Amino acid sequence: MTDLLQFEFMRNALWAALLCSGLCGILGTMVVVKRYVILAGGVAHAAYGGVGLALFLGFSPRLGAVGFSLALALLMAWVMLKKASRADAIIGVIWAAGMAAGIIFADLTPGYGSDLMSYLFGSILTVAREDLLLMAGLLAVTLFVGMLWSREIAAFSYDEDFARTRGVPVTLLHFVVVVLISVAVVLIIRVVGLILVIALLTIPPSVAEKYSRSLWTMMGVSCLLSAAFSLGGLALAVRFNLTAGAVIILVASAVYLVSLLLPSGGRR
Amino acid sequence: MAETKNALSFRGVNFSYGTDPVLRDVTFSVPQGEFLIIIGPNGGGKTTLLKLALGLLVPESGTISVFGKKPGEDRSVAGYVPQDTGRNRDFPITALEVALQGRLGFPGGRLSYGRKDREAAMEALKALKMESLAGRSMGELSQGQRQRVLIARGLASDPGVLFLDEPLASIDPETRDMLLTLLGELCGRLTVVMVSHDMSAVSAHATAVACVNRKVFYHDSAEIGPDAMEQVWGRCPVELVAHGIPHRVLAVHDHDHGGEGCSHD
Repeated sequence: MTDLLQFEFMRNALWAALLCSGLCGILGTMVVVKRYVILAGGVAHAAYGGVGLALFLGFSPRLGAVGFSLALALLMAWVMLKKASRADAIIGVIWAAGMAAGIIFADLTPGYGSDLMSYLFGSILTVAREDLLLMAGLLAVTLFVGMLWSREIAAFSYDEDFARTRGVPVTLLHFVVVVLISVAVVLIIRVVGLILVIALLTIPPSVAEKYSRSLWTMMGVSCLLSAAFSLGGLALAVRFNLTAGAVIILVASAVYLVSLLLPSGGRR
Repeated sequence: MAETKNALSFRGVNFSYGTDPVLRDVTFSVPQGEFLIIIGPNGGGKTTLLKLALGLLVPESGTISVFGKKPGEDRSVAGYVPQDTGRNRDFPITALEVALQGRLGFPGGRLSYGRKDREAAMEALKALKMESLAGRSMGELSQGQRQRVLIARGLASDPGVLFLDEPLASIDPETRDMLLTLLGELCGRLTVVMVSHDMSAVSAHATAVACVNRKVFYHDSAEIGPDAMEQVWGRCPVELVAHGIPHRVLAVHDHDHGGEGCSHD
């Protein structure tokens, strides 16, 4: 594998795996503890609509995916606040509609090629430098927000009502976290694809939760697990010439299964 | 009606969820130092009443004041102990970190809680005999222990009034007695407003009772008399209500019940 590191695409793939792990560890933890899984799924599928729209209108698919997903993410975040009891159903509709729009746009765009396919399954081996910079930027912003508001984020995650009575800007944090998650989802789609992004966001924190006593430990352990899954999966994929995204998720799922069978350490 | 220091007062407050009226024309005042227990049927508006007082909900009309200020205006005045729904049982957090959340809004340290915050949080845990379990994660604690941590969190800000939502639900009898004794000791120093189904709690410690079912009927100690409550409710706490036997512990509400009020008579 060290030979392969001479190639820029391989170095990029490694960086992508590591940056993704940072994002998945931190924001995936928020997805799990805040029960934002359906929102993340909605964003991932809405991104497909954005890619389709961008291809149809002839601008950058990356821009299309980010813009379209962000707009729908804000709508979904608002629905979660205002119509909490029916949020999952409404988000389900947005999820499906976004995906359907992507397919229709693809139909209307002659010769869209393999671009849309790469959004379904990801292509870590073709990650561009720009993607890496975007991921690094998002990771920096996420770390900054997390450190600045660590107390507020913990309180907001644990108990929104109580946090509100202590003056925590719960609504603002809700939107900030949703925006960070949405952009992360769109960027991670580049690596593992929209079908698998949910797994990479939720599996590491779900394993880490059992062994953590604080949100920050959970995030840290998730980052490490995520890195192990991504690098391990990538190595296996290269070695056996398989689709990297799928191998990464299978490695993660296998570890998750094992962790379910193991007694939980440290807690309970 | 001189404005003697009231911990809490509602004047002509109305609130609905959508078109569904929950509270109608609510007017009552709780003087400082009272131990008010709020009783009433499920869906009668007990929790809504607390959330209005905390500023988590905004009334359609009418005014609410907590120590003369609008709810939520002065964060240091009110402590909140929400109902423990168990929704967060798996959340990775220690008892101490939960209690520390009561210190949010205080200056604290720059990026984390300060020494003063930690002292106050430990002090609050100590008051609830939870200091030895401060480092445990919440998931490891029993229901009664978790409830004690939530109360410590509510007390950590040293509030003037503590609002508790069903703190006695599904905890062991021992913890229940301990909590009631503690709250009884606290009131006087601060005002306690507690939603509860537990009628024996009313007999033992309450200095005022509010019956909530769309309307609010407030009975202070002058009306109920601590002895009368002790005698009647202390002897047969739950059955009184369950049997539907007419009981005149409280004076007949002079409003028209319209079939909504608590069945006091």
